[in-house]
Amino acid sequence: MIGVLDRALRRIGHLVVDGVWKLGAATRFTGYVLARSADSVRRPQLTLNEIYFTGTLSLIIIIVSGTFVGLVLGLQGYETLKRYGSSEALGTLVALALVRELGPVVSALLFASRAGSAITAKIGIMKATEQLSAMEMMAVDPFARVLSPTFWGGVISMPLLAAIFSAMGVFGGYLIGVVIIGVDSGAFWSQMQANVDLREDILNGVIKSAVFGVAVTLIALFEGYDAPPTAEGVSYAVTRTVVTSALAVLALDFVLTSFMFTGV
Amino acid sequence: MSADDLIELRDVEFGYGSRGVLSGINMRIPRGKVVGIMGLSGSGKTTILRLIGGQLKPTRGTVSVAGQKIHELSHDELYRLRRRMGMLFQFGALFTDYSVFDNVAFPLREHTRLPASMIRDLVLMKLNAVGLRGAAQLMPAELSGGMARRVALARAGALDPMVMMYDEPFTGLDPISTGVIANLIRRLNEALGATSILVTHDVQESFGIADYIYFVSAGVIVAEGPPHALRDSTEPFVHQFVHGETDGPVPFHYPAQPYERDLDLEGSR
Repeated sequence: MIGVLDRALRRIGHLVVDGVWKLGAATRFTGYVLARSADSVRRPQLTLNEIYFTGTLSLIIIIVSGTFVGLVLGLQGYETLKRYGSSEALGTLVALALVRELGPVVSALLFASRAGSAITAKIGIMKATEQLSAMEMMAVDPFARVLSPTFWGGVISMPLLAAIFSAMGVFGGYLIGVVIIGVDSGAFWSQMQANVDLREDILNGVIKSAVFGVAVTLIALFEGYDAPPTAEGVSYAVTRTVVTSALAVLALDFVLTSFMFTGV
Repeated sequence: MSADDLIELRDVEFGYGSRGVLSGINMRIPRGKVVGIMGLSGSGKTTILRLIGGQLKPTRGTVSVAGQKIHELSHDELYRLRRRMGMLFQFGALFTDYSVFDNVAFPLREHTRLPASMIRDLVLMKLNAVGLRGAAQLMPAELSGGMARRVALARAGALDPMVMMYDEPFTGLDPISTGVIANLIRRLNEALGATSILVTHDVQESFGIADYIYFVSAGVIVAEGPPHALRDSTEPFVHQFVHGETDGPVPFHYPAQPYERDLDLEGSR
């Protein structure tokens, strides 16, 4: 009995110590990424390349998903609003749901699975094949040359992707509500214009997506950099990136929503 | 440290936590020479290279390169010194997204402000020196192991370094490629006027090109000297290593409990 308890306590202790170590390493890693950001500004081409890698290459999945989410929102929203005789408020419902919540959150989840996993795999393989060490030995700091530009590329891409997602969602809602079902087009747009606030709704949505961009990109970079230099190590790191990012996005969404929309 | 020595390790110890890797390492690498560091896998050879390159810091002792204690340098000072170093990694470590040309051009573009036309000429000259000018537009995935190693060699020497470090340059190569790389190491050392450190366990090639050799076993230097002296050495480890004997100070069997116990034969007797 005492032996079992002893083993359980040791296991918990190891988990706690490992967790603290990893948290410390991640904090130090974040410090290095931020401290070596000057090159990302001095050589904008580095950051632009990463915006292409993380942002442009994610466009297809964002556009297709945004449109489908908008189509579903249009259908569901119309069915619900019709019961209360306010189907002309469909534009407001679709737009608010997208810019406040679904745009930032769903695009962050898609960003984590498309761009986050790609970042982790790239950095993990660069480390495993000693490309990062080779860079160091050529007197080129991998943090300044690769990791910081990737970080800023992700942070810049994420709000843009969320905006495109929301725009495509509104288009999907319009397609279903106005073109297919026959909601009045003027009512759809004017209600949306009257009820969506630039600061309260859109700006808060942009802030959310920027925070998600920071979280997902940092998690992806750290997992890649911290991955054991083996095929299995990199594959586990990719899985951890997607899972941890998804949980972080959902948890951060709750915290941010609490502050932004309920005055907590 | 004498003026003739470019690199000196004095009483160096290194380990990961409680696990010791190197202990009491004293090593001098004279300017212009090719010095081999030989030993079994896991004996600490690559760790010595990483200490010289400043990627690791000794837990005790000093590592001096060109008169500077490398482990005491600031980040910027270390990177300035590394511009005068070249390193060939075990499998080349080429940037897989870049062509052969762009790989060799990488250090030139990062550290010089030369016009594109001059960088192009320099890259083609470096590639010509390793016999791969015609492969400039290929991607690393299209190269054989030997070709990748030669491209990495051209890249490592792109800035005409004062010291070249080679980490297992012959691993996994066919005999022709091995001979080509060995020949290039010697030729580049003379052409660049550099100092070369060669970490390897290939006896034939390294004895053919090195001026002086250190033997490392279990984290300590067990023998050193010019190749001809080591070839005839009676030191048991060196003799076993040089002649490829299966048994000796390095046993054939990994330590284990008695064979009978493993096979459950003890009770049946």
